[in-house]
Amino acid sequence: MSDKAFHLNDLRRILRAGAGTPEGVDLDSDILDTEFEVLGYESLALLETCGRIEREYGISLDDDLVVDATTPRAVIDLVNEQLSVGSV
Amino acid sequence: MNAVAVTGLSVAAPNGLGTDNFWEATKNGVSGIGPVTRFDATPYPARLAGEVPGFVAADHLASRLLPQTDHMTRIALVTADWALDDAGVKPGDIDEFDMGVVTASSAGGYEFGQNELQALWSKGSQYVSAYQSFAWFYAVNSGQISIRHGMRGPSGVVVSDQAGGLDAIAHARRQIRKGSKLILSGGVDASICPWGWAAQLAGGRLSTVNDATTAFLPFDAAAGGHVSGEGGALLVLEDAQEAGRRGSHVYGEIAGYGSTFDLRTESGGSSGLERAVRVALADARVGADAVDVVFADAAAVPELDRAEAQAIGAVFGARGVPVTAPKTMTGRLNSGGAPLDVVAALLSIRDGVIPPTVNVTAAPELELDLVTQARAVPVRTALVLARGQGGFNSALVVRG
Repeated sequence: MSDKAFHLNDLRRILRAGAGTPEGVDLDSDILDTEFEVLGYESLALLETCGRIEREYGISLDDDLVVDATTPRAVIDLVNEQLSVGSV
Repeated sequence: MNAVAVTGLSVAAPNGLGTDNFWEATKNGVSGIGPVTRFDATPYPARLAGEVPGFVAADHLASRLLPQTDHMTRIALVTADWALDDAGVKPGDIDEFDMGVVTASSAGGYEFGQNELQALWSKGSQYVSAYQSFAWFYAVNSGQISIRHGMRGPSGVVVSDQAGGLDAIAHARRQIRKGSKLILSGGVDASICPWGWAAQLAGGRLSTVNDATTAFLPFDAAAGGHVSGEGGALLVLEDAQEAGRRGSHVYGEIAGYGSTFDLRTESGGSSGLERAVRVALADARVGADAVDVVFADAAAVPELDRAEAQAIGAVFGARGVPVTAPKTMTGRLNSGGAPLDVVAALLSIRDGVIPPTVNVTAAPELELDLVTQARAVPVRTALVLARGQGGFNSALVVRG
């Protein structure tokens, strides 16, 4: 598991698969610090996205921390944190 | 009380996607009933359905909406777009709190729900979509349409099986009389999937005949249940004065409505359906002689056909009014069926033609003037009937 890391492209792929692509937003642009709400993803889209990440990466994300992760960077950090814990 | 006008409408029917395709097919007796293609129905006793042809959701809806919507919601969203467009309503024309959405539903998003249940039991709870929380839900069509068009006025859903399609329109009318300017109403339903099929088969009214021309024969001596279909219709209802101010085209008026519930045992007297008809006519302030055509519920279950023929006969007399069931070309669409009949009634009024009931030879003892070939006659007032399993009876009068 130690070689596994979660990148922006992984998040893009899972967002598209689980919640679709919002209209008028280029997910391939620099979206690291753009709020999900601005990107057009509401809380349920994030719930679905995090559920898919948990399944694919075999980790568990704390619901309270997920709610506070309002940007792609915050979610990526959260996931990588869990991945490194899992690999210890 | 203010009149309530229909200023826009749209259809997704098994015999035509879009109002014009539906109406052209319907006037010409073209049926959309055929073998089920949405799943493998060969192991089931019922293998025919009315499926909406040529509907590709991704052609009409953004990818953002697809993971969160059932098939019926996708059809409803597109039908709603077309209905509002037909009414010429643009965003900002009317304050968002003066517009609402009241639809009917019979089962919610069955296919979506089935997929998530399959994920739950075959893979585990973490594989269930977060969108299952609302995508299956009865009110989901109203909710998604409301969100899409920013219609934040009085909204809701009515669940009373086939009668719900009329009950929703009646509730929309009520909301307009209470001050809303515009309500989108009607119903779009679909549950042509194994779970939906199992539920409908359990209801005991599906035809198990597998010939499309003889499977659904309401009022016929050979009646043996109905074919199920998907789709329906949505209508834009407006306060008639507001519609006049906006310069809207008016298809007609929702002039009267009555609904009753069957008694546990009918004790002589008039039936629940007959009482609903009488209430609707009184509400519209017209006598039976003013009605030019009846769009029948047409259950194709012998005792229900007999009860409907008796109710019509009691109010209009033997062979006293033209009766038609264009749903013989679509199957019964659950909550979408009656709104589709309301649209057909309004188009009959517009074009002066009663669409036919296909494939049926009416049993003579029912004493119905059943329209089996399109009939060109002036139509000003039409009565639409719908019954829901469990005892719901509804009747709606539309007037040109």
